[in-house]
Amino acid sequence: MKLSRRLLVLLSILLSFTLIAAACGDDDGGASASSLDDSLGLVTVGSGEEIQIRSLEAITGDVAFLGIPNERGTVLAIADYGPIGGHDVNMGTGLDDLCSADGGQAAAQTIVSDESVIGVIGTSCSGAATAAAPLIAQAGMVMISGSNTSPALTSDLQGTAGENWVAGYYRTAHNDLFQGEAAATFAYDELGIRNAAAIHDGDPYTNGLASAFKNAFEAKGGEVSGFTAVNKGDTDMVPVLTEVASGSPELIFFPIFEPEGDFIAQQVGGVAGLEGVTLMAADGLLNDNYLGLPESAGMYFSGPDVRYGENTNESTGKTANDFLAAYEAAYGEVPSAPFWAHSYDATVLLLDAIKASSAEDGDSLVISRAGVREYLNGVTNFSGLIGSLSCDAFGDCGSQKITVIQDTDPTDVEGAKNNVVFEFAP
Amino acid sequence: MTAVGVRSTRRVSWVDRFLTTLRIVLIALIVVGLLAFIAQQIDNDNAFARRRNPGATGLTAAQVKGLFVTGVAQGAMYGLIALGYSMVYGVLGFINFAHGEVFMLGTMSGFIASTKLSDAGYWESNFIGSFLLIILIAILVSTATAVVMERVAYRPLRDSPRLIPLITSIGVSFFIQNAVLGLFGPNSKSYPQLPEWLAKNRTILTFDIPGTKIMVLVVAAVSMAGLWWVVERTKTGKAMRAVAEDKEIAALMGINVDRTIVLTFAIGGAMAGIGGILWGLSFRSVTHLTGFLPGIKAFTAAVVGGVGNLGGSMAGGVALGTAESLGPQVILEPLGVKGVSQLRDAVAFTALVVVLLFKPAGLFGERLSEDDRA
Repeated sequence: MKLSRRLLVLLSILLSFTLIAAACGDDDGGASASSLDDSLGLVTVGSGEEIQIRSLEAITGDVAFLGIPNERGTVLAIADYGPIGGHDVNMGTGLDDLCSADGGQAAAQTIVSDESVIGVIGTSCSGAATAAAPLIAQAGMVMISGSNTSPALTSDLQGTAGENWVAGYYRTAHNDLFQGEAAATFAYDELGIRNAAAIHDGDPYTNGLASAFKNAFEAKGGEVSGFTAVNKGDTDMVPVLTEVASGSPELIFFPIFEPEGDFIAQQVGGVAGLEGVTLMAADGLLNDNYLGLPESAGMYFSGPDVRYGENTNESTGKTANDFLAAYEAAYGEVPSAPFWAHSYDATVLLLDAIKASSAEDGDSLVISRAGVREYLNGVTNFSGLIGSLSCDAFGDCGSQKITVIQDTDPTDVEGAKNNVVFEFAP
Repeated sequence: MTAVGVRSTRRVSWVDRFLTTLRIVLIALIVVGLLAFIAQQIDNDNAFARRRNPGATGLTAAQVKGLFVTGVAQGAMYGLIALGYSMVYGVLGFINFAHGEVFMLGTMSGFIASTKLSDAGYWESNFIGSFLLIILIAILVSTATAVVMERVAYRPLRDSPRLIPLITSIGVSFFIQNAVLGLFGPNSKSYPQLPEWLAKNRTILTFDIPGTKIMVLVVAAVSMAGLWWVVERTKTGKAMRAVAEDKEIAALMGINVDRTIVLTFAIGGAMAGIGGILWGLSFRSVTHLTGFLPGIKAFTAAVVGGVGNLGGSMAGGVALGTAESLGPQVILEPLGVKGVSQLRDAVAFTALVVVLLFKPAGLFGERLSEDDRA
């Protein structure tokens, strides 16, 4: 099977060479198969065959709220984009990264065993990407994530590569290095808070963000009187809130997820010593369900700029509002996390890259793996659903802007998303 | 005495010594923690309290009472779920790990019904009526799930070794979780807000208790009383007890064993449905994974109380809920442990270990005959 495919590739390349040799001068200015960079290999999509890409997201378990909208973002982007050079794009069955390193590794091995795959959209979790990205990159494929935020996967944004960075890895999500600092700056400078508490849930992402907040807040001269964690699956938050109440904080920063974040907001009012405390969360709780909770009134949220609204993806011509309408029509619910837009843009970037680095050859399409990377490295000011995208040398393509919003009226979720009270850019 | 005999005696005594040490260490930990807590409550500048926890601030009386009340309410819900584990174990002798999902389906159906009622305006205008309606719906859904589960997954395995239905129940659990994920999506879903008159705090015996927790305690007590009446005072209950005692003899006495087993699953499911609604109204949030941790905790509660004993399951639930709520703050924090709240699950399972070390059959458990333990 494998051998015959390799043989087929070789034959079709030979065939394309002879065809080009025969029809020299037929070139109409676009790339021809012979001019493609084959340093990482070429992939030939034969007549009637589909272009293969893959989706690798956390679609089961307790991070499914993040991975499922990401996967659907990819599905809808492929549908909006349409065929490339007469070939449909096939995502296959959505793969599961299980939000863990071993899940990422297992899925990546499945992906790289199929040599026709050009690129992967995913993973949902940075932990899974650490294991998956090296395998995928080594196979000459690219990986573009819509929701990894760990600085280790790209760089510190100052020119030093992160410890897990590999060439061939890209992401449209923001680099998390600055979110903790943004939240601390907002709390200290804008709200005048001097005593804060932070609660995470043991997950590397929430722990990292809560620690970044703590360090930045203390560096500014504030006191972090409580730094603790809840367990995923906990419902009764009175004990943890009682624990932080003993330090009498003025603000609680809890960059965690639903449903634990719901319980904190609901139960904080019943804990002695926390009357009038300010609540602040991060992008993990930045979704329509949470913003619509009556208890989230007055809360602050740090995260990527989610004022997607009429932002238009320049390649598909669709706006974020078009996407949301299509999403609701297809799935009967609103997205449970804001990174669908990042995944949509990631998918379109991959498809653009395939289009730019491929050449039609009769009925088949020849795609250069090196060309795909070259295209992605050169992305500048691409207008997508999330805003303007430009890729740096370490694969950070997202807009690195952090905003803080305040949910003043839970009955108006869109209004809350637009109610930006603070912007922070490194 | 043969050499083999000597060796086995020595091995037993080594294990015994280890267990005794474990008992002493755990008890010492609890006693020292409690003493340090009392010391810090009397005066938080106390040298004894400062020794391990230099930043000791102590808790106010209101905070301690708050922790206690929240623990008891949480425990009552564990107890309601634990009844289902206990009843099935009593009758069939295996642990139905999918019971947590029966509970989750109760919470989920309550969510769907309550949002529909809320959209129609009925939730706000007639809360009592809506409450009874969603409890009824949750009971129906949970009972139906439990009955179908028994028919499809467990009855065909009735005569196989007990490990087989046990593994099957884990499979059923995954199936239900992912079916709900597929049907309703991964979003966390929120119940509508409770009316102000119910949610507001009330003062009972100097305890400032949120109304929802009073509701949980009342409904749990009523359900428990109803269950006790069914099991102890009705013919059906008598049949259930007879089947639990010995299936073959019960069959000879003219009891329809299959029907009784279905009834056991149905009643366990109904209790889980009630628990599900209480959970939904207390925490107002449900996902496809809502059943997992409460299921494990309820199973722990059933073991703590003595699996097979219904009163024991409820008592075990309340004991476990209180221990995991108070334990971190009252025992671990004074010992200088950092970030104690994330240790609540560890505290709950340590409580299980402590109980089993002193009473291997659980707090109210009876020693099972050799035959039952096979």
